[in-house]
Amino acid sequence: MSEREVLAALRENARYSTADVARMTGLSESEVEAAIEDLEAEGVIRGYRPVVDWDRLADERVRAEVELNVVLDRETGYADIAERLASFPQVTALRLVSGDYDFDMEVEGDSLGEVSRFISEKVAPVPEITQTVTHYVMTSYKEHGLELGDGDDDDRLSYSP
Amino acid sequence: MSFEPAGRVREVPPSGIRRFFEIAEERDDVISLGVGEPDFATPWAAREAAIDSLERGRTSYTANRGMADLRAAISGYVADRFDLSYDASEEILVTAGASEAVDLAFRAFVDPGDRVAVAQPSYISYEPGITFAGGDVLPVATREADEFRLTREALAEAGAEEAEALVYCYPNNPTGAVMSREQLEPIADFAREHDLLVFADEIYAELTYDGEHASIATLPGMRERTVVFNGFSKAHAMTGLRLGYALAPAEAIGTMNRIHQYTMLSAPTTAQYAAIEAIESCAGDVREMVEQYDRRRRFVLARFEEIGMPCFEARGAFYVFPQVPEGWDADTFAEELLTEHGVAVVPGSVFGSGGDGHLRVSYATGMEELREALARIERFVDGR
Ligand SMILES: Cc1ncc(COP(=O)(O)O)c(C=O)c1O
Repeated sequence: MSEREVLAALRENARYSTADVARMTGLSESEVEAAIEDLEAEGVIRGYRPVVDWDRLADERVRAEVELNVVLDRETGYADIAERLASFPQVTALRLVSGDYDFDMEVEGDSLGEVSRFISEKVAPVPEITQTVTHYVMTSYKEHGLELGDGDDDDRLSYSP
Repeated sequence: MSFEPAGRVREVPPSGIRRFFEIAEERDDVISLGVGEPDFATPWAAREAAIDSLERGRTSYTANRGMADLRAAISGYVADRFDLSYDASEEILVTAGASEAVDLAFRAFVDPGDRVAVAQPSYISYEPGITFAGGDVLPVATREADEFRLTREALAEAGAEEAEALVYCYPNNPTGAVMSREQLEPIADFAREHDLLVFADEIYAELTYDGEHASIATLPGMRERTVVFNGFSKAHAMTGLRLGYALAPAEAIGTMNRIHQYTMLSAPTTAQYAAIEAIESCAGDVREMVEQYDRRRRFVLARFEEIGMPCFEARGAFYVFPQVPEGWDADTFAEELLTEHGVAVVPGSVFGSGGDGHLRVSYATGMEELREALARIERFVDGR
């Protein structure tokens, strides 16, 4: 149970210090450390990355959502195709989904040219892939559960009963 | 002819927080832990239902008692969550905030000269409400040694057997205290033995950590003498929408409605639409908010312990009630903390007897602010 509480706190903010997570969960710091180590060892926690609003950085960052259709045969299953695609560093997320297409792939690069070259030269030629539909991201409004707007000021009265 | 206030208005002093409010308004670096409302916005689904009702032009009065659909939703909700059984057509009155329900109950059942026992420290509106109704307030001080729970001994000591009614709120504003079913039993016995009505303000019921909320109205022989107040302000983060309700036997609701139909007509219609949606689809939002409050609660309690300000373990609402350090009085502490370090808290004395020497600290504020505010409090205490 303590693992769940630690996870809930870190999902709120992965940069909470061990001491703060301990305060929030009522565990000792060493228990928090142990819970985090267990979560990491079990592969539940896979990493810690900041949620970036690329629009606020001067550097160009091009992202695309790519729908992929594939055909399977006796030797090749979804996992085989996925493994191959996921190995590319340009692929930032890859999910098998229900519906009209099979894979939902997120791709990132420094320029439009780089991303489209990657898709046409590396992804489309994969023999099992029958179709790709690429959607370039124009604006992002929410990432990892965080809204990217300017946020609302706290307009509550400083004292209320 | 003059606008000289009527006697019962003159009897009620202006709010003790006013002075602090003015100081806080002059600074722009204040972190407020003085707030008695959620820092979350109303769940989006509920806001959307309100918007949708406006788009469809649903802007007329509703039935005095509230929309039938809403009363049915409330009836199901309180049964499911708190084991309370109230008939949607006769035993529920939808009001403009729990505030209106509290006021109605006092005006409906308190005669001039009636004594009303008020468990304190408590939410600040009961005393004025009783006074406006012509009743006399009988303060019943709870003690930190009892974790600010109301006890039979405290009632007896205050002479509450002479009272006509008892009002309290658990989970408590300002202490964060909660009462279990077992702890409510002697209170129920006392009310039955001395024939007291009970006004149970349960607006923080959902914000109960470590365990389930217990309502006194579920104890034997209590339903017929209890009015329960609840609402959407706290659990559903709907303070500004102004929506609450009273639960009581049909006769009592009828009496309260006799005032409500003339003085309010009906609770805000837009808010009623939001409230239906809040019940029907926002349980997950409530759970998420409660989990966050609980993390903050434990964080704040841990920090006060580290700072060396004793604080009993509050298990409800979104307040903790630490003692000020030795040698301080709470008013001075709160004022200097505000002027020197820009942290707003409310001195416990504002909440009646038993509150002296304490501060009400609200954790209805984001973790970043809480962390910074507690660091400032620590510097303030260490610097002395
Ligand atoms: C104990 C208690 N009861 C009632 C209220 C009023 O709630 P409402 O917004 O529903 O009028 C408050 C608000 O602070 C409260 O703390």
